[in-house]
Amino acid sequence: MKSHYELLVVGAGPAGLAASADAARLGIDVALVDEQKAPGGQIYRNASESADRAQVYLGKDYLRGKRLVDEFLQSRATYINNASVWYLDDRLETGILVDGASHFISADRLLLASGAQERPMPLPGWQLPGVMTAGAGQILLKSAAMVPTGRLVLAGGGPLLLLIAWQYLQAGVEIEAIIDTTPGAGLLATLPRLARALPALDYLLKGLSFILAIKKAGVPVYKAIDTLRAEGRESIESVSFSTVRGKRRVEVSIETDTLLLHQGVIANIRLPLAAGCEVEWDAQQQGWKVIRDIWGQSSANQVFVAGDCAGIVGARAGELQGRLGALEIAYQLHRIDLRQRNRAAQGIQKSLKRHLSIRPLLDALYAPSKAYQLPHDETLVCRCEEVYAGQIRQAIRMGCIGPNQVKAFTRCGMGPCQGCLCGSTVAALVADETGATMEQVGYFRVRPPFKPITLGELADT
Amino acid sequence: MFRLLEDSATDTVTVRIEDREYDVPAGISVAAAVLLCAVNKLRNTPVSGSPRLPYCMMGICFDCLVSIDGVPNRQACQVEVAQNMTIEYQQGAAELQQRE
Ligand code: FES
Repeated sequence: MKSHYELLVVGAGPAGLAASADAARLGIDVALVDEQKAPGGQIYRNASESADRAQVYLGKDYLRGKRLVDEFLQSRATYINNASVWYLDDRLETGILVDGASHFISADRLLLASGAQERPMPLPGWQLPGVMTAGAGQILLKSAAMVPTGRLVLAGGGPLLLLIAWQYLQAGVEIEAIIDTTPGAGLLATLPRLARALPALDYLLKGLSFILAIKKAGVPVYKAIDTLRAEGRESIESVSFSTVRGKRRVEVSIETDTLLLHQGVIANIRLPLAAGCEVEWDAQQQGWKVIRDIWGQSSANQVFVAGDCAGIVGARAGELQGRLGALEIAYQLHRIDLRQRNRAAQGIQKSLKRHLSIRPLLDALYAPSKAYQLPHDETLVCRCEEVYAGQIRQAIRMGCIGPNQVKAFTRCGMGPCQGCLCGSTVAALVADETGATMEQVGYFRVRPPFKPITLGELADT
Repeated sequence: MFRLLEDSATDTVTVRIEDREYDVPAGISVAAAVLLCAVNKLRNTPVSGSPRLPYCMMGICFDCLVSIDGVPNRQACQVEVAQNMTIEYQQGAAELQQRE
């Protein structure tokens, strides 16, 4: 590891892998830092090891990840794994933590591809042992070939929830119930988007095949859900909710050992924010987006963004955005001229357009329910400092008009996760109570260290 | 809790969780090992003392904080199991300064 590279890429998911491999091929001195031990990011986690073995239940897309990982590993890019970024500033100085020692790396260009996280889904009892995210279930499946024992319930909505349901069924795991909490866009809202999504027919067919498989397996699917909650003392014992049966609303309770929650993914904007990139609220995606040009250049000097960390685009589009970023950086660093850049970009842009055409439909179909963005007063919002929605509302009514004030007043967001699991809820609550827009409300201020770091680790620098 | 999908003949390592020893597949995370061994909690929260287990498995929620080989506040989902590793529950807030 050197202390300076021409290009530093953060994140070894599809966007970061493609950007690094292409940049290296174009003659750029590039390093890629990533938190995991093997390349692939969350979507292609462990792809190089388990793609062949697990194709039956992980699906064919996973093989694509293996190809991408191989392409990267065979390139001349420097790979720094097991490294968490704990510091980043607008002078392109990056602090990373590897094996308990801190290092600083500077770069001429920075490309952030730090991906997405699942949108927090606060509901009563979500902190009980036995409740996890669907993404966590998937990580256990991909990296350890582990599946839940006992009675399994999935709740929420979104492509990933369908995917994991399909994967579990392929692997022979029984699913007790699926609780669909998506409000469901009306047919009228969906139709025009459906037409626009036709270029990405493969996505639609895949989604459909998952739904059919779930039907065929006879898994009960509950819809029109209200007051969803996890119940139990030392761990989850049951999940309860109300649903509509005929014309009546009825209470249902299902005994459960494992409950997996998911309501879509949101961009992981913390590193872009720390680097000084401007962001905007995307009402359609109900999430933040980094403002960028078609090459992924952000408003911050020499800082590029690619993939889901700049707004949710999915794995394939992220990969293509990474390639476009590499082209522009190679042009700026005089490895290729304008004509070469434009010629190489043509096909990529066309393909990117196709992969993005599915997004408006997905965003509408799987819009998150308000109920888990504006939870009831007795729902825990901050898992670290244990702050409930009621306390946050009270703080707002007493005059805290922004997330940072709520934080100072209630300690919400002050724990080790630094607001990753409560930030979006706090902002939504502030907007709801004060009538302000999300843009006016903003987000928790991002301050290094992004990861807890000890004095000892710092002293090793 | 969780089980292995295939009895693949992977290498195993022996870890100690609290006062019991377990053989777990090499290469998995400490958090995965805990879920595999059906341990019912990893820690109690500092504020109310309520029990917690890993939640996100990807390093963002910090619900998996444990003490590993005597070092507290490690993220169990980000650390790989190793032969003879000692994993202990964490009660409340541990001091962050103990890694020197
Ligand atoms: S389980 Fe969330 S950080 Fe480890």
